[in-house]
Amino acid sequence: MSEVLDSYPQLLRGAWVTVQLTVCGAALALVLALLFGLAGASRHAWVRGLNRVYVEFFRGTATLVLLYWFFYALPLVGVRIDSTMVAAVLALGLNVGAYGAEVVRGSLKAVPAAQYEATVALNFSPYQRMRRVVLPQGFALMLPPFGNLLIELMKGTAIVYTVGLADLARVSKDVQGSTGETVAVFSVIPVLYFVIAQVLLLFVRYAERRVDRMLGRRPSRGPSLGTIAAGAPGTEAAG
Amino acid sequence: MPPTDTEPGSPTADPRVCEAPGVRFEKVVKRFGSTTVLRELDFTVAPGERVTLIGPSGSGKTTILRLLMTLERPDGGLIWVGDDTLWHMERGGGRVPANQKHLHEMRKRIGMVFQQFNLFPNMNVLRNLTEGPMRVLGLPKDEAVERARGLLDMVGLADRIDAHPSRLSGGQQQRVAIARALAMEPKVLLLDEVTSALDPELVVGVQDLLRDIARESDLTLLCVTHEMTFAKDISDRVMMFDQGQIVEEGPPEQIFGEPSEQRTRDFLQAVLAS
Repeated sequence: MSEVLDSYPQLLRGAWVTVQLTVCGAALALVLALLFGLAGASRHAWVRGLNRVYVEFFRGTATLVLLYWFFYALPLVGVRIDSTMVAAVLALGLNVGAYGAEVVRGSLKAVPAAQYEATVALNFSPYQRMRRVVLPQGFALMLPPFGNLLIELMKGTAIVYTVGLADLARVSKDVQGSTGETVAVFSVIPVLYFVIAQVLLLFVRYAERRVDRMLGRRPSRGPSLGTIAAGAPGTEAAG
Repeated sequence: MPPTDTEPGSPTADPRVCEAPGVRFEKVVKRFGSTTVLRELDFTVAPGERVTLIGPSGSGKTTILRLLMTLERPDGGLIWVGDDTLWHMERGGGRVPANQKHLHEMRKRIGMVFQQFNLFPNMNVLRNLTEGPMRVLGLPKDEAVERARGLLDMVGLADRIDAHPSRLSGGQQQRVAIARALAMEPKVLLLDEVTSALDPELVVGVQDLLRDIARESDLTLLCVTHEMTFAKDISDRVMMFDQGQIVEEGPPEQIFGEPSEQRTRDFLQAVLAS
């Protein structure tokens, strides 16, 4: 076990690659999810068509295959992505963004029709309706599934070892090979994934609390990130 | 043909001088699938007149309000608000279906209060009242806030200006919803069963508020309600609907006191018994 712990600089470097891939992939996925999710809620059939093409193609394609495509196939047709990290972020972001777009579309549709009617009665333009009423309320519905997708994306980063990136999964195999401590290595690695997941979820829970305050479900002065992390009474997820 | 304030369809219309436009339905048809809810409906509401629509569920009362608020599109006929048709606009000497710009202009004249209040839960009371005037009417923020404060004072909720709708009782939410509709300064106000979703003890407060508004404003008012005493107090005229047609209409004293149609008598009896 001590040999495994001695390899902590290597493990931390691997964890850092996993975190970078997760954060950058999530940022791309979020942008794509909002863009194509809003397109899915459009009045215009051709705009909704863009949503369907994106969602069905990228949701229906294995992330690993996408990664191979960006890494191996694209250079052969004249487009070279110099950074392996960028290729991995594109593959992860495009795949998870497709799931996210469905979450966005579903959440927007779940905002009660009565809210839409109130905006008509107040003469809001379609943009004002979306920006001021539907999107903020839909956002509250998006957050829990977004949290799930974020964790899925983090776990999905493990595929990048196939194109040579030294992420946490790849490093674990290296350390296991160099130390022979199979049980110890593969016991430590899940703990590191767990810690990363909990830190990510902390931000999601913080966002959920912000949204709860926006909706008046909890007092205007909510707990800080530190309080939530400490699991203080009254900071459990709203029902 | 624009509405007039001396139409035979509005026998009790008060010829008071007011800025509010009248409303006229001219052979209006509305279908939902194979069900015809309104059958070539004709009626007129004079400027500043207060009309209550009564009738059994499915008789088309709420559909009339929803057509006026542009929440539903008519399948035939014309709806006039003032001198303009709501769902059509003049083009090349004829009438064509209204575009969004025309609807936007027409909606400025109309406000609606809903049965379920429909306040925006992501905004506090103040923002519920200022969002429309600022974003739609282009009022400066301080003016919109001043208007909101005045209206909240009127509805007795000045102290809840920072509260979120979820922190208010049903009666308070409905009073905020009334204030929100009035903040847009409509000329025609539509009230769709505004006390139906309230606990009985909260109904009186909202009704009293609406009585005051009806008495003190020159709004053209169309009200759908099952509260007959309230209808009597608030209305210049009551229209009894059944199957998308007007069965009977007249002053509240006549409709509630001596209805001439059996269908009206049956309906009133059923409502009073419930």
